[in-house]
This record gives sequence, structure tokens and C-alpha cells, in this order.
Amino acid sequence: MAIALAPKRRTDWIGLVFALALTIVILVPMLVVITWSFANVWRFPSVLPQQFGLKFWQMTLARSDVWSALSLSLTLSAVVTAISAAICLPAAYAFARMTFPGRDVLFFSFLAGQAFPKFGLLVAIAAIFLQLNLIATFWGVVLIQLVGTLLFMIWIPVAAFQSVDRRMEEAARDAGAGPLRVFWSITLPQAAPTIFSAVLLSFVGTFYETEGAWLIGAPQIRTMPVLMISFINNQPVIQYGAVLSVLLWIPSLIALVFTRRVVNSGSFARGFGG
Amino acid sequence: MSKLTIADVSKIFSTTVAVDTFSLDVADGELVCLLGPSGSGKSTLLRMIGGFETPSSGSIRIDDEEVIHLPPEKRPTGMVFQSHALWTHMNVFQNLAFGLKLRRRPKAEIKERVEAVLDLVGLKGYGSRMTTQLSGGQQQRVALARSLVLEPKILLLDEPFASLDQHLRERLREEVRDIQQRLKITTLFVTHGQDEALALADRIVVMRDGRVEQVARPDMVYREPATPFVAGFIGTMNLIDGTVANGTFSRASFSVPLPVADGPATLAIRPEALSLTAGGQGIIHRVTDYGTHGLVDIDLPDGTRIKSMISDAKAFAAGQSVDLKPTAISAYRDNAVIYRTR
Repeated sequence: MAIALAPKRRTDWIGLVFALALTIVILVPMLVVITWSFANVWRFPSVLPQQFGLKFWQMTLARSDVWSALSLSLTLSAVVTAISAAICLPAAYAFARMTFPGRDVLFFSFLAGQAFPKFGLLVAIAAIFLQLNLIATFWGVVLIQLVGTLLFMIWIPVAAFQSVDRRMEEAARDAGAGPLRVFWSITLPQAAPTIFSAVLLSFVGTFYETEGAWLIGAPQIRTMPVLMISFINNQPVIQYGAVLSVLLWIPSLIALVFTRRVVNSGSFARGFGG
Repeated sequence: MSKLTIADVSKIFSTTVAVDTFSLDVADGELVCLLGPSGSGKSTLLRMIGGFETPSSGSIRIDDEEVIHLPPEKRPTGMVFQSHALWTHMNVFQNLAFGLKLRRRPKAEIKERVEAVLDLVGLKGYGSRMTTQLSGGQQQRVALARSLVLEPKILLLDEPFASLDQHLRERLREEVRDIQQRLKITTLFVTHGQDEALALADRIVVMRDGRVEQVARPDMVYREPATPFVAGFIGTMNLIDGTVANGTFSRASFSVPLPVADGPATLAIRPEALSLTAGGQGIIHRVTDYGTHGLVDIDLPDGTRIKSMISDAKAFAAGQSVDLKPTAISAYRDNAVIYRTR
């Protein structure tokens, strides 16, 4: 007769309840939105839509403003992320490895952008942009969204550079590499997984950024989130918003899958832990 | 033919003097160990030779060429770090080929030299392994190979085996010695382990607080330590402070003839140079039986503990009263030798 010899595993009921609660809070709204996007007819008090279908997907995807907003958003995110990386990565290296007057004050100043109500800051910036003729231009939006990426793109790479073993860099110097070569061949590849997570965050963050894009870009520059707001405001049809929401999830979903492949969870977490 | 000349080198970090007017000549093909406790400045000295620290003053010449103003990448030195510092994003071959690629050597030559050096350190066929897949000893071998493949004039090793276990450390230091002898490469080896220094070195430099205490062959450092510090640092040594009066050194109940002028003195006696007879100078606290020999701890009445090595551990037991009969002694006063039995 088989007797169970395995040690009794105590079920962590409290943990399970928390996990379940969290799952419900996160997943149920998503499910509702997805259901809405495929509902041709859904009237109260029915629990499920009366009629499923792709009617609203077809209607949404047939609109040219959706497609132009999508391509604009992708271009904008790519440009902002690229410029941010070009500015922030060298700066992050300087913060991580050099000492210069005002280093700490400068370092913490990047928090300032996040410490105040963002909308007030944006309005003030908009006033300046108005004089510079940057309102409702592509580069105006690029500039405003750049500000939002600074925190991620400085703080995370600083932690990444600081965690690179100095002896590795010295060993490369010893082998005959100049300082630039050491950075390119040793420091950057060593810090790459963590830096990648920062780049990803700034891409996704820029893609979803709404207030700045709307305040500075309207009416000419319409990104996906801005378009979604106007859809929701102007059309009392829930399905439009639902379809756009699902569409907006796609880039972050791709990004997440991609991240899990490129970066192991350890180094992704290290980006935040420092 | 590569010799290293270090002349009056000092390094001052803000307020502390890490290395104090240090001078040393290392001959071609010689292996010199820098030995000292942590904080004695030995690593700082090595890093100055490698170009990672700039001396505050003095000169470092390799084959009579001043290198002090050269950055590390321009110096003909190869450094092996304690933490091996292998580049974890490259495999073994790429680690070894990195420096050769920078020197724009042809592909075929790179392959040939990397394989030759892997063979030399006993890691033939390991080229495609990632460095993280290797054991600690293998990683340190790769680090050594990475320096050797560039054929440096001076090889610098900074406590390369400190993080390995005792067994592996002993094996690797024999391998390093073999390789060094075969290549006849001028080598500077930093360690805080005296057995490592005694086993490896042609000459040992004992350092303390950034200064040289003694430079000598390993056997001389052991047999004729120049200062009480060296005497206490190398091997086990009884260091007994006492006074000399009328040609006799005494400390508590222990006394021994010492033909020097009256005054304070420090007596140094190796445990193996101290035999025991029945008597009343001290009481045996403990006898440790090591099989091949026994180690006896004797307490003098004032609490001073003295160690004696005896051939038969069964000859004495704890609690016994004994007299101490030194067969060879050194005596120091003012940090210098004043007497030594021949």
C-alpha cells in the first residue's frame, strides 16, 4: 500500500488570497475591455454581450486617423528614446564613474521633474514653447516627452554602470585598450541588460504619455493616447475606446515578451535595485 | 631580457602614506614576492607598476625606460587580478584574443597563440566555454593565460589565488612557478600568505606600512629575519620581550645567556629551536599531537605563552613543569638584530 511520505506542505492561504485578489483586480478590467471590443451589441442587464463580432474593429481600423496616430506614436517613441539614450547614457556614465562639482545636486535634480504636479510644469513649458513656435510641432512633443524619460534613463543606467566590476575595465586597459575602447567593449556590454530595461521603459512610457503630447501637440500632433481621449470624449460608443485600448496594449505586450527573452528577470530587477 | 627598477617610489593618498620611498631592482627572469599584511602597501605598489595608480614621487623603469607617465595600455606589463576580472560577456577564446585583436594580429596567428597559451595553462579545448561555466581555479588559469598571451615584459600577480581553497592554491602556485620558469618571465607576485611566498619566490620583499622590512632569499627570511616584525610574520616564532643584565636575558622565570650590552631586548626563538627538560621555569598548558611532531604551549608565571616543537608528543603532558632550552636564538633591539646564534 502506498503511504504518502512526502512532508505535508502547508498551504499559504493568506498568500493565495492576496494573489487571487491581485489577479482579479488586474485581469477583470482587462477582460471587460477585451470583451467590449468584440461586442457588437451589449445592453444592460445581460452579463455577456448579446452579439459578438468584429464590427467595431473594422470600423476603427478603417479610419485613417487611427493608422496615422499609430505610426506617429511609434516614430515619436523611437525618436525620443534614441535621443534620450544619446544624451543620458554618457551622462549616466559620468555620474557613475566621475566626481565633479555639483554631482549630487545634479543627480537628484532629475527627481525634481517627478516631484511636482506635472500639469503645472507642462503649462509653464507650453508658455515658453509658444514663443519658440514649438507648439503643435513634432519636435515640440519630442522635447516635452524627453523630459519624462530623463529619470529612468539616468538613474537606472547609473546603477548599471556602477555595478560593472572596475577590475574588468582595468584588465582591459592592461590588455591594451584605451578608455573609449574599454567603454565600448567592456563597460557597455556588461551594463547592457540593465540599460536595455531602461530603454524599454522609456519607449513604453513615451508611447503612453498623454498630457504633454496633448498640451503641446494639439491639434496637429495626435498620438494614440490623445486620439483615444478624443474618441472617448466625442463618441458615446464604448467599443471605440475598447478597441483602441486593446490596440494600445500591443506594443507593451510585444515589449514584455521581448524583454523576457533578452533579459533575465534578475538583471531587470537589478535595474531598480541598484 | 627585462628588468624592473623601482626607485624611491612613494604614494600618498590624501593623508595616509601607502608606499614610502620604496626601492627595488628585479632582475631578468626573477620572481619576487611582495609579502605583507593587508594595508602594507604591496598592492598599491603593484598597481603603480601596472599603471593603475600614479606615484606621488619616484621612478619606475622597465629595461631602463621610464614608464611612470604611460597609461596602463601603453605599458609592457600584464596584470592578473585577485578577482580574476574575466569579461563575463565573452567566452574564453574571446577573452584571450581581445588584446591580440587590439594589436591587429592576423586571425591565424591569434588562433595559434590563444591555443598555445590555453595548452600552457592546462585548459586545452576550453576556448568556446563561457567564463562563468568554469570553476574558480580554471577562471584564474584563464586570467593568467590572458596576461601571458600578450607576452608582457613584466608579469604582475595581485594575490591571484586568495579566493581559492588551500588545496587548489597549492597546486596553482606550483603551476605558476613551472610556467614562470619555462617562460623566464620577470614576475612580481603580491601575497599575504607566507607559505605562498616561501614556495614561489626567488626573493621575498617583506613590507610593513609601505616600507621594506627585509629583502632576502626565502630561506634567509625564515632563518635570519632582519626585524622582529619579519620574525613574527614568517612562520611561527616566539617573540619574548625582556631585559638583559650582565650578559643574561630574562623574562619572568625564564633566562638565557645573551652576550650583549645591558638594556631591553626582544628574543626570537623558533618552536623547533626550543627543547624542553624537566624543571621549573614554566607549566605546560597543552600538548597538541600532530603525529609527526608535537606542539607544546608553555605558560610562564607572568602569563607569557611560549611554543615548543618536540619530536615525540607523548614525552610531555599538560600540567608538567619544565625548563626551556633554546638551541638557536636571535635578539633584537630598536628594530635591529643585536645577536644571533650561529
